[in-house]
Amino acid sequence: MEVGIVSYGAYVPRYRITPQEIGRVWGSDGEAMSKGLMIYSKSVPSPDEDVITIAVEAARNMMRRVPEIDPKDIGALYTGSESHPYAVKPSGTIVAEAIGCSPNMTVADYEFACKAGTAAIQNCMGLVGAGMVKYAVAIGADTSQGAPGDPLEYSASAGGAAFLIGAKDVIATINHTASFTTDTPDFWRREGQDYPSHGGRFTGEPAYFKHVTSGAKLVFKNMGSQASDYQYAVFHQPNGKFPQRVAKMLGFTDKQIEVGLLTPQIGNTYSGAVPLGLSAVLDVAEPGERIFVVAYGSGAGSDGFDITVTDNIKRFNRLAAPLVSHYVNDRVVIDYATYAKFRGKIRVKEEVA
Amino acid sequence: MRDVAVIGIGDTKFGELWDLSFRDIGIQAGLAAVEDAKLVAEEIDALYVGNMSAGRFIDQEHVAALIADYSGLARDNTPATRIEAAGASGGLALREGYLAVASGMHDIVVVGGAEKMTDVGDVLATEIQSSAADQQWEVVFGATFPALHAMIARRHMHEYGTTREQIAQVAVKNHRHGALNPKAQFQREIELASVLKAPPVAEPLGVFDCAPFSDGAAAVVLCSMEKARRYTDAPIRIAASAQASDTLALHTRQDITSFRATQVAAREAFKRARKEPKDVQLAEVHDNFTISEILAIEDLGFFPKGQGGRATMEGETALGGKLAVNTSGGLKARGDPIGATGVAQIVELVQQLRGTAGKRQVPGAKVGMAQNVGGTGATVVVTILEVV
Repeated sequence: MEVGIVSYGAYVPRYRITPQEIGRVWGSDGEAMSKGLMIYSKSVPSPDEDVITIAVEAARNMMRRVPEIDPKDIGALYTGSESHPYAVKPSGTIVAEAIGCSPNMTVADYEFACKAGTAAIQNCMGLVGAGMVKYAVAIGADTSQGAPGDPLEYSASAGGAAFLIGAKDVIATINHTASFTTDTPDFWRREGQDYPSHGGRFTGEPAYFKHVTSGAKLVFKNMGSQASDYQYAVFHQPNGKFPQRVAKMLGFTDKQIEVGLLTPQIGNTYSGAVPLGLSAVLDVAEPGERIFVVAYGSGAGSDGFDITVTDNIKRFNRLAAPLVSHYVNDRVVIDYATYAKFRGKIRVKEEVA
Repeated sequence: MRDVAVIGIGDTKFGELWDLSFRDIGIQAGLAAVEDAKLVAEEIDALYVGNMSAGRFIDQEHVAALIADYSGLARDNTPATRIEAAGASGGLALREGYLAVASGMHDIVVVGGAEKMTDVGDVLATEIQSSAADQQWEVVFGATFPALHAMIARRHMHEYGTTREQIAQVAVKNHRHGALNPKAQFQREIELASVLKAPPVAEPLGVFDCAPFSDGAAAVVLCSMEKARRYTDAPIRIAASAQASDTLALHTRQDITSFRATQVAAREAFKRARKEPKDVQLAEVHDNFTISEILAIEDLGFFPKGQGGRATMEGETALGGKLAVNTSGGLKARGDPIGATGVAQIVELVQQLRGTAGKRQVPGAKVGMAQNVGGTGATVVVTILEVV
């Protein structure tokens, strides 16, 4: 059975902090950091935002675009994140209640570093494709943190997107998906640790580049396609430079990745990164246009997708919810002190916390 | 004392060898050296391994036994000894192997050096590297290895008018040499301007003034000269091996613009080899920082004190110059897997003296010198090799 995207919705917190401001506090060259990472600002969640609120916003935006669909027809909801607010207790149950699709359905939370959201899409494709459910929701969202002063602090940000996967009236058909997975520990956080650890330069060649190119080549091979067959490409974007370099390695042009490259403006939204990039492409894509997607998750693996936009996108009410560009441009720049307060980096008495 | 020859060499590529473990690289280099010497395991009398800090880099001590085990030497119960003298571990392992053969105790020994540095992050790696300095009187007050060398550089600039550009030229030259070495970590040439504008590490030293963190191993086979001809037509003679110590901490020295231990070891080495600086065509010196190479070429007696920077700037130490220094790329471009470095210097010299150094061959090389430094000059080993 052909499956695809029936609707989608995105959300990015409004607050931003610049690398220059982070560098000012830590005595580092923020300007050089900004240039090196190609990140000009990163999103910061406000104190009352977390993965669940972001996932709810994105899922509600997704549902606003398809008012004709009864939420009760959604049989599964999977939320992928590496910053679920609870260690034990699902994020997804709250999201399911918020969009009114519970209780006769299944929910689970996923974790695979930055590709948990696309892993959720694959699972939804399976359930829909097998006829077990009519619709399924896949969400990728994160409120990631780097340790104060760590290079990661310049990029780790917040945001997410939700996809309604179905077999009928799809606005984009998912022609194929393929994954490439190995045990490559480039980035990790153990139970009880506040901040993740990373392998420095090891996160590049043997991790991101090896897995993204291998996943991409699998899709090329299985589909008999090449870079020039696609109008758009979206790659995982831990910074602005990596996706540019990997695109070039695979034969894509800067123009093909331009629309889906959001990290320079909002930072690395981790599980939200590829879902948001794909949402930005769906915001503007025309019928017949083909989208190439490769998500990357540390640990490590990649999920590749080959997607074609259908004629249904013309009837689809994209403007029933804010476009990704709205969230990217709706920004309030804050200083490090406010950022530290928002992110709980300042210890306060519990009564006022 | 008997004459001792190098009859086999082997090494790994230096760099971020993320898919190889400590034992992998140790064995790779060792086997290459043994194969080069056309030996079988039973002929090896002893193994010496230079390693600075496997205990902290990979949580493994007792690495000589490890290498003996995984290279099959434990089967024959061959004695294996680890030698540690920080950056001079490799050079000192060579010296111990040399003494064992020269004394008549052993006929054939394998000397290896290995370090696996990239399993830990940069901050921890710098901390481990800095443990070669005096923990109680230097490191505890915040001195890192780059900082101590920055002080040496500043003083050298002050005393002798050495310029920032002259110091930077060491990196430019060694990268040019490294570009000719397929085993080097950095095989790319760099411009003087890039060195000067690189982010500071400890001023005046920037990123391009510091040798990288590296994984790598190197090994040589030593044999008594009387037996050497059985294995090779081109034995390379160890004409001299000398070692000297100095105070551990920099602040207890009379002068920090020279390494006294280098001067003493060089003087003894030249005396033992019955040679003078002008007899030497090439030298592998311990350029863990650019300034270190300037100190080395002065202290070894190749250039008058204070002239090292000028000589470097004028190309006298480049391939084709008066004395080819660090044709391998040196620690700067070839890489600096600490325990391997002193042995890798010997591997380079042997290649040059055999005339098999390819694009970086020094024409007519007959005598080569290696200078291997531990800490900020507290241990120095100087070795002279020559074509027989």
